[in-house]
Amino acid sequence: MGWAVQLFAQQVVSGLATGSIFASLALALVLIYRSMGVINFAQGELAMFSTYVAWQLVQMGVPMLGAFFITIVVAFAGGVVLERVVIRPVERAPQLTLVIVTLGLFTAINGLAGWIWGYIVKPFPSPFPSTPLQVGGVAFSAQDVGIIVVSFVTLGLVTLFFQKTKLGLAMRAAAIYPEQSRVLGIRVGWMLALGWGLASLVGAISGIMIAPVVFLDPNMMQSLIVYAFAAAVLGGVESPIGAVVGGLILGVVLNLLGTYVPAIGDELRLAAALAIIVAVLVIKPSGLFGRATVQRV
Amino acid sequence: MSPALARPVRVAIAVALIALLPAVVPSFVVFDFVYVAVYAIAILGLIILTGMNGQISLGHGAFMALGGYVAAILAHRLGWPYWVGVPLAAIASGAFGLLIGVIALRLAGVYLALATFSLGVATPSFLKHYKSITGGFGGLSLDPVKAPAAIPVDGQLWLYYVAWAIAGAAFLASALLVRGRFGRALRALRDNPIAAISFGVNPTYYKTLAFGWSAVLAGIAGAFFAMTTAYVSPDTFTFALSITLLIGAVLGGMLTFWGALVGAIVIEFLPLVAQQINEAAPSVVYGVMLILMMFFVPDGIVGGVQRLARRLVRRTPSAPSEPTVLAAASMAVDRPTRE
Repeated sequence: MGWAVQLFAQQVVSGLATGSIFASLALALVLIYRSMGVINFAQGELAMFSTYVAWQLVQMGVPMLGAFFITIVVAFAGGVVLERVVIRPVERAPQLTLVIVTLGLFTAINGLAGWIWGYIVKPFPSPFPSTPLQVGGVAFSAQDVGIIVVSFVTLGLVTLFFQKTKLGLAMRAAAIYPEQSRVLGIRVGWMLALGWGLASLVGAISGIMIAPVVFLDPNMMQSLIVYAFAAAVLGGVESPIGAVVGGLILGVVLNLLGTYVPAIGDELRLAAALAIIVAVLVIKPSGLFGRATVQRV
Repeated sequence: MSPALARPVRVAIAVALIALLPAVVPSFVVFDFVYVAVYAIAILGLIILTGMNGQISLGHGAFMALGGYVAAILAHRLGWPYWVGVPLAAIASGAFGLLIGVIALRLAGVYLALATFSLGVATPSFLKHYKSITGGFGGLSLDPVKAPAAIPVDGQLWLYYVAWAIAGAAFLASALLVRGRFGRALRALRDNPIAAISFGVNPTYYKTLAFGWSAVLAGIAGAFFAMTTAYVSPDTFTFALSITLLIGAVLGGMLTFWGALVGAIVIEFLPLVAQQINEAAPSVVYGVMLILMMFFVPDGIVGGVQRLARRLVRRTPSAPSEPTVLAAASMAVDRPTRE
């Protein structure tokens, strides 16, 4: 195979890897947006904090796989508790209040991580082998492939949960028709809390996957959350499928731009994400998969 | 409004305190208060935009960055004096604000928050990228501000009085601006956009202008920030700055301009105190305070104190006479509903 084709294939796979991380974090945002109409600005910080928990466990001698599962349980519980304690009291409050409360969480969690673990950048052990995988004569990084596999398994399980389980159905019902669901005996408040737990869990997985690449520091998620915003907006903030597709498109496009248009460079990748957010919101606010919303007058 | 003192009296007291402050406090505190003036100007812009008009900006640091870099580049590369640089910084930032304002017209509520958040996060990377103009990572250093030869005071004291004079002018101009038709239109568009538009308030004109004016103020603040620090770099204008401005506005209170003054004092001095506990303590304190304020005192320190004062004076429990800004802003940024 030609060198150019190999490079292209490698860059696409690498883009899919980062894209699937954008997709996971975007999915976490969409899960909460669908149920409450709120963008959780602290989603990235929750993922960052969970990743530190995983790091701490590994430092304490817990094997990687064990640390992974303990962390996602902790992340889930943390999400549920935060919803009950911090979000519940302002659940029906105006949008601006909720934005400020999630920004409060953003600031507090960021500071807490800095307080506990410091601001020095730490390496995070990769859960994947360092030997490349040979597929059809092209060498792919095992890390990229591993990230894609883990993300897709996660996304698949989340989809199955929502489509095939009674609890998933109840959560969807509570998100879309809260009043009617309450009449049917669904505990809507707890469904929202479970939604936060699930979003936090999915976010934690994205954090653990990206940490070996970007390293661990309290601000590691700050640009990643912007990419997740861009992915969610591109796919349509209401649509889980949209978040995944949006994330993958964004990952591949940014990676190819970085490879073939050197002028973009590392710094302007963030600007490209910003441009996508603004362009989609101005031209087609419902994104690729969302439906147009109407405002009740 | 506090029933005890009329507004002119309170303004006079504030002006007198600011004028006399350098005589009683040590010079490093005077220097801190230059930053208070800078933050107050920027937060004032945020109060007009978010508090009065219901448009959320989480990226006001971007406008400060633009103002700061315009002033710094003109001084550093061309050697232009600050009295030319600062107005040009205000104009550049204002023009950018008008542009963002036009875009913001298309973005309701949380989408505007999302876009401005992203703008705030992306700002340092723009500054790092265009190295030939901005100096990249290293930034640009500036000559410290000196008093004109005719005035025999040291540069720092001169800067203090100039910054506060500009802050005073910004508050006065803003007060005049929002007193009449303009202020009414902003509040009407925040509280009930449909009714406002039905009564002939032009949302395009007023909302864009609110963004532009807010950005003018942020640009001036950015220019003074650059002059005071005598240095600009991408790390000066991080996302943390944008968030800190919002924190100042929320903690101070977004209902009145006094909130800008109180909020500026809080964000200048709270980190200095909290840092003694731990490097990360300011963030934790800010975050917890933001959440608790939203729970219990959504109209900020100024709003809370005013209500308390009113209650003490009347000796009867009284409901807030004005709807809190957050309740009011809710109508402007109502969540989309499905039909």
